[in-house]
This record gives sequence, C-alpha cells and structure tokens, in this order.
Amino acid sequence: MSKDILDHVATIAAEQEVPASPSAPRRMTLNMGPQHPSTHGVLRIVLELEGETIRSAEPDIGFLHTGIEKQCEALTYAKVVTLTDRVDYLSNLSNNLVYALAVEKLLQIEIPQKAQWLRVMMTEFSRLNSHLVWLGTHALDIGAMSIFFYCFREREEILRILEQFSGQRMMTSYIRIGGVSLEPPRGWQKNVGKFIRGFPAKVDEYENLLDSNPIWGIRTKSVGFVALEDMLDLGVTGPMIRGAGMPLDCRKTEPYSSYDKFNFEVATRNGNDVYSRYQVRMQEMRESAKIITQALEGMPEGPYQADAPHVMLPDREKMKTQMEALIYHFKIVTEGFRVPAGEVYQCIESPRGEIGYYIVSDGTSKPYRVHMRTPSFGNLQALPVLLKDVLIADSIAALGSMDFVLGDTDR
Amino acid sequence: MSHPAILQTVEAFGETTHFADPSQIMALCRYFKDEEKYVRLSGLTAVDWHPTEPRFEVVYHLHSIERNSRVRVKCKVGGENPEIDSVYGVWRSANWFEREVFDMFGIKFRNHPNLIRILMPLDWEGHPLRKDYPVHGYKYSYPNE
Repeated sequence: MSKDILDHVATIAAEQEVPASPSAPRRMTLNMGPQHPSTHGVLRIVLELEGETIRSAEPDIGFLHTGIEKQCEALTYAKVVTLTDRVDYLSNLSNNLVYALAVEKLLQIEIPQKAQWLRVMMTEFSRLNSHLVWLGTHALDIGAMSIFFYCFREREEILRILEQFSGQRMMTSYIRIGGVSLEPPRGWQKNVGKFIRGFPAKVDEYENLLDSNPIWGIRTKSVGFVALEDMLDLGVTGPMIRGAGMPLDCRKTEPYSSYDKFNFEVATRNGNDVYSRYQVRMQEMRESAKIITQALEGMPEGPYQADAPHVMLPDREKMKTQMEALIYHFKIVTEGFRVPAGEVYQCIESPRGEIGYYIVSDGTSKPYRVHMRTPSFGNLQALPVLLKDVLIADSIAALGSMDFVLGDTDR
Repeated sequence: MSHPAILQTVEAFGETTHFADPSQIMALCRYFKDEEKYVRLSGLTAVDWHPTEPRFEVVYHLHSIERNSRVRVKCKVGGENPEIDSVYGVWRSANWFEREVFDMFGIKFRNHPNLIRILMPLDWEGHPLRKDYPVHGYKYSYPNE
C-alpha cells in the first residue's frame, strides 16, 4: 500500500476516536451499496450509525444513468418506444403506454376500442409481473426463501403470455403510437383464461405462506413508518401512499385508455408500515386479475390500430400491392411523422406510482424534449425520512417495501 | 385563478399553462399550495430553447388531489448565468428535481439546501441536456462556463 493511502486510513481512524465526553454516543459512517443485494440495483446509501440505529441516511443515485432523455431527442417518435421499455424494466408496458398516450394527445388521434382494451389488459399483466418480482425478492430479503420460487413460477407464465402477444418476454415494445404492435395470436383467450382463472388462488397461497409465518409479521408490522404529510410533500406515490390510507390512483382519478369502463377497487390500508404496503400490493394483484378477466370477457371487436395513415405503417399486404401505401411506408420509416407543435403532460399509474411523461414538440418528426417523471425517483426522496431512527436490520424491510427500480430512478 | 405573478395563461390539449414572472416564483408557488390546494409538486424540469433568448424554461407540474386538477407553471430564464429561486421551501420534493435540472441544464437554484449533481458524476463537465451538448462522442467542444 502506498504511503498516501496509509495516511488516509490513519486520518479516518483518528476521526473515529472515542469522543471526549463519554456520554456522547459514538457515530460510525457506513456505506451501504452500490453493490448490496437488498438495494436491488446500484443504489448507494450513506448511513450514519449510532450502534445499531440509523441516525441519518443519504441516498446516492445516478450509477445507472444512461441518458435516455437525451437519446429520445435524437430519435424519431416511433423509435423512442423501444427506449421507454428500458426505463423501468419490470413494468415496461406502463412506460410504453404513457409515452404512446402522450404522443397521441399531441397528434389528436382516436384509438380503437379493441386497442384500448388490449392495452389495459397488457399493462395489468405487467403490474402482476412487477408485483410478483417485488414479493419474491422482498420476502427473500427478509428471510422467507420459498415464496420466491412460487412467485417466479407465476411470473414465468406471464412472460410466456407476453411473448405470445408481442414476440418478446421482457422488452416487449408492444404498445405503439396509434395502437398495439400486433393482432393478438389465435387462441389467446384460452391461454389468458387458463392463467387468470387460477391466479386468485395463487395469491391466497402466497398470503397463506407468509401470514402463517410469525417471523414475517414481526419483521414487517410497525416498521417503516412515514407520515402521510411527509409523503405528499416528498412526492411519494403508488402503493406506499395507498398503504397510508390515501386512495391516490390515476386509474380512478384521471382515467385513461378506457379504465373508467372497468370495475375495480383502489386498494388502501391504514397501517402505514411495511405490512400494509404488502397488503396493498396483494390486493392490487387481485384487482388486476379482476380487470384482466373483464378485458378477456368483454374484448371488443374491431381494428387493433388507429385509422391514421400518416402515422401508422400500412399493412404488409397493402404495401406490396398499392403504390400509395408503399409511399407512406417509405416516408414514415425514413423521415418519421411530424407531430404538431405543443406540449403535454400525461400521467398513468404504474406498479410503483405516478409515472408522467412531459413531451415538448416543435413540429418536427423528433421530440424536442421528453421528461420522464418516474415513480422511483419521487419515492426514493423519502428514504432519509423512512430510515431515520430505524434499526439497521429493519432498514432492509423498509427499503424493500418501497419497491424501487434503479433503472427507473436514473434513466 | 389570478395572481400578480401570472403573466399569461394558455389552454392547449386540455391542459392549463401559466407563464409566470421568475422573480416571484416562490410567492406564486406558495399561493398555489396554500390558497389553491395544489399540495403536490408532481414534477419539475426544464426545456432548452437554444439559441433563442431567454434560453431556458423551467417547468413546474402541480397536482391538486382535492380538486383533481393539474396545472403547469413555466418561467423563462436567460441563458447568461441562469438562476431562479428554489421552491424547496414550498415542496420538499423539489430537492431532487432541482438538483436534476442543475445537473442536466446548469440552471442554479438560489437557496437550495444542497445543490450538487445528482445523476452525473460530481466532477463531470458540461450539462448533458443542453441542446449544444452532443448526443455522442468521447470529447466534446463545450465553451467554458
């Protein structure tokens, strides 16, 4: 080791000497992350400890910053869809949907009923997917190992359904501007129906596994309290705020994509701890299953893409037989379509909370500015409040209950 | 909704935008939160209109749960030494949003408690979301600040 490093170590050791007054507690600074299994990604938290108690926690983000917002400005509107998949990689369909809705608002095009219902069904599948990954990994952090395998068993089925619909398991890019990318595959009702009929029983099974375990209750109840006023002030949304009794859900308050035609409840609990957030998410999984069942039973007939030849690529069949369609295809692929100048803010309810895209158009075929207000970024700001005066062992449960995705935070 | 700091109000695509006087942004946000019940700052960002002047627009998205409504407040900020008051005193969620705007656009927020870069490394040069910052390349020609 070089002398510099040894000097540095000596200075740190000197700083951490026992303080002059013996009654004053000794503090220790601990780096949690960026490579820590319970942060589920590259998050660094600087903890100030007094014994086992966290006195202050300062999150440090940005390790997964990939400049997606900058890249959006260099691509045409249609190409940005693939980037939105990569923002929140556990609920990519929510990101697809909010982007498509924002651009459609600027273009002012009407989306056919069938496409809207397909969008609702697929985003609910992606909510199930996200909550299942959350439940499995969160329980794993706390020490319940077997639940992880149960959750991933069902998640595999969901990914298989996503693959049938879009050809991809994770980065689906299924929801496009003007509709969805493909006609649903033949016999999709059978696969979706089989899965969704059995799913509520599976949720009961998870709940049974966890709630009958006394350790689960001890580790999650009365842990991770954040006052509701603090949450509102700090920009927290999603299951966290619903676990504090506030029924804040964009699907109900600002319905988009025909959500007002579906019958479902907003899950809330009043406990405001890790356990109530878990209960909220379990209830949301049941509600999602209800929505998917309704979409399955009442799926309207009709086209799956909007009738907007200046935006949508023409049918393959038409492109090869009609001159006009060939010209449109060439123009849309090479130049992209122009979007009227203006600005919109569109928000939807992702599994993690409010996700809002602010898109500014200057009338060209590339977005002038795309800002992604992502739920994980808003929620993580509450981390110093959440972890204050919490035991370090409880911090793992409290962190897990936030359900953040670092790709979503750093973009 | 009227306040002396609102210069102009525009309705487009079903959304309301208030253009505001940047020197009174703090008072305006306080008014929106206390009088009009916009308790949430849903988002805060900026847009770079390089090379026009004033170059930047700082954009606030406010959300009222009670009235179930959203409004947008915009302030124009000049490109030469861009500065605006921080609204951290009104909503604490402005903390990270303002740090992100500082990081990406180089707009300084007066009275911000901890105005340092948030997404880029602390020793990074330049502000990536400015329009005169290239999308790719190892070296870039960026005028000294």
